[in-house]
Amino acid sequence: MIDWSVHLPALQVIVPMLSAPFALLLRPRGLAWAAAVAASLFAFAIAIMLTLGVLAGRNFVYQMGNWPAPYGIELGVDAFSALVLLVITGASSLALLAGRRSLNADIEEERQPLFYAAWLLALAGLVGIPVAADAFNIFVFMEISSLASYVLIAGGPDRRALPAVFKYLIMGTIGATFYLIGIGLIYLMTGTLNLADMELRIHEVADQKPILVAAGFVTIGLALKAAVFPLHVWLPNAYTYAPNAVTVFLAACATKVSLYLLLRFDFFVFQPNLVGHDVQFSYFLMPLAVLAILIASGVALFEQNIKRLLAYSSVAQIGYILLGASFVTITGLTASTVHLFNHALAKGTLFLAVGCLATQCTGLRLSDLGGVAKRMPWTAAAFVVAGFSLIGIPGTAGFVSKWYLITAALEQGSLGIALVAVLVISSLMAVVYIWRIVESIYFAEPCTDLSAVREAPPAMLVFTWLAVLANVYFGLVPEVPVALASSAAETLLEHLP
Amino acid sequence: MELLGLYHYWVFAVLLMIGFYAVIAKSNLIKKLIGLSIFQSAVFLLYITMGKVDGGTAPILQAGVENPVFSNPLPQVLILTAIVVGISTTALGLGIVVRIKEEYGSIEEREIQEIDRR
Repeated sequence: MIDWSVHLPALQVIVPMLSAPFALLLRPRGLAWAAAVAASLFAFAIAIMLTLGVLAGRNFVYQMGNWPAPYGIELGVDAFSALVLLVITGASSLALLAGRRSLNADIEEERQPLFYAAWLLALAGLVGIPVAADAFNIFVFMEISSLASYVLIAGGPDRRALPAVFKYLIMGTIGATFYLIGIGLIYLMTGTLNLADMELRIHEVADQKPILVAAGFVTIGLALKAAVFPLHVWLPNAYTYAPNAVTVFLAACATKVSLYLLLRFDFFVFQPNLVGHDVQFSYFLMPLAVLAILIASGVALFEQNIKRLLAYSSVAQIGYILLGASFVTITGLTASTVHLFNHALAKGTLFLAVGCLATQCTGLRLSDLGGVAKRMPWTAAAFVVAGFSLIGIPGTAGFVSKWYLITAALEQGSLGIALVAVLVISSLMAVVYIWRIVESIYFAEPCTDLSAVREAPPAMLVFTWLAVLANVYFGLVPEVPVALASSAAETLLEHLP
Repeated sequence: MELLGLYHYWVFAVLLMIGFYAVIAKSNLIKKLIGLSIFQSAVFLLYITMGKVDGGTAPILQAGVENPVFSNPLPQVLILTAIVVGISTTALGLGIVVRIKEEYGSIEEREIQEIDRR
């Protein structure tokens, strides 16, 4: 009996990638969507199987075509990649299932097969990054996912998406090219592209300048892709003007994947080999993280468009994830990985609720949404619960990661107390900006005629509430993400001397 | 002569910065894309030159040639892929510029920002 489960890492990428051209051929109405949903759910199922395998203590290593590494191409899945795979495939499936109605409204029927093909390619590229164990493969997957997501963002009817996506294209390409320069320099010095092999061989040349330059290029390039403050300028407009379902998908996972890669590359390749790199890493990223948390939350306080408000909040949340990682401790990395999962969950749910609002309201500015809660009670309630999760109210997923983050900060001594103050202040800011939306949808006087506004379509509501319940579930029973995250943190730190 | 001996790295660095400058400083979207292409080509050159071995030939086994000197083919293969990625990026970028021209009637970044602000 052949053990099929060894092929799971390869199938994870191949299923969405091969479904993409297939979706392109399905012209009749709705079929392309159905194919995309099927492929996405299949990928989600594979991610769940991989996660169960990892939780059972298994480490997936797959050698393409049976060529042994470092000459052949290797795929690998450990706890960290499994967590990211769950986020990506889950977000894609939920966004597709809930977003059918709004995508039908945003995308002309004859362009839909193309759109769903691009969606599947974006999915294939995104899952490819955590699965790949080869620096150049990662670059290729990164570009597949970026090119496809530019198409997705520009696919909607809003013309302002076009300049936004152009900016994203320019900055994304610069980021990817920086990463390419970085791995080029490492290849120059070590002659290998396999991450595990690189870790061993870089040791002999670690004191040479090209490796330091490479570390700089890789870090900056990936920080650009991950929208680390102050390199986040592409993000708010791209998220705001994208079709709503696309915003759900990308907000939940696009930047997370780059963050994953940033941590993985840094901790696997550079941290064990460069003397004093962990200190530099902290000194470089911690101030950026704190600035991201404070400034982006501050901007969100004054934003009028709710999608853009949530986009700025994403920039702040990326700051939380980086802050945890910049401690370079077990608790810090656990916090940061758990937050990667929980933030994807909370922000994805919020954008799903925004998608529900968008089906009925004329605009998404706060003034357009006055009093819609009376007409759309379920959507409004979903928004409130997901908002709680973003803020970190006990009983929701956001609380778990904030708790870990504060514990990790307190381990840092006197600096930690200042950081806890930053976390508390930014949480209060989150309370304020979420409250502004809640106030508007519940209590503000409607300035437009609401008689035509009805509850969002049931299909959308069901999946939005599924996401809301996931937020509550992972708030009350956080074992699975926490187990994955702490095992991921251990793997990352294992590589340190 | 150490500095001049490594002239291909200088070519790489200068081209990289010319491209980067165009991307940042130019307001015309087409010029930005041209800059981006130069930026990416510089990286292609970095990869290609690092695989070159003095007196090396193509890595093909020939009868009668003992201990031939090969250039490293791997960077060239990598760059074939990167060139494809670069072309797709430029093509997509140009496509977006065409759509921007249709919608806004301009390809100057400043004018587009003006129109959006209204």
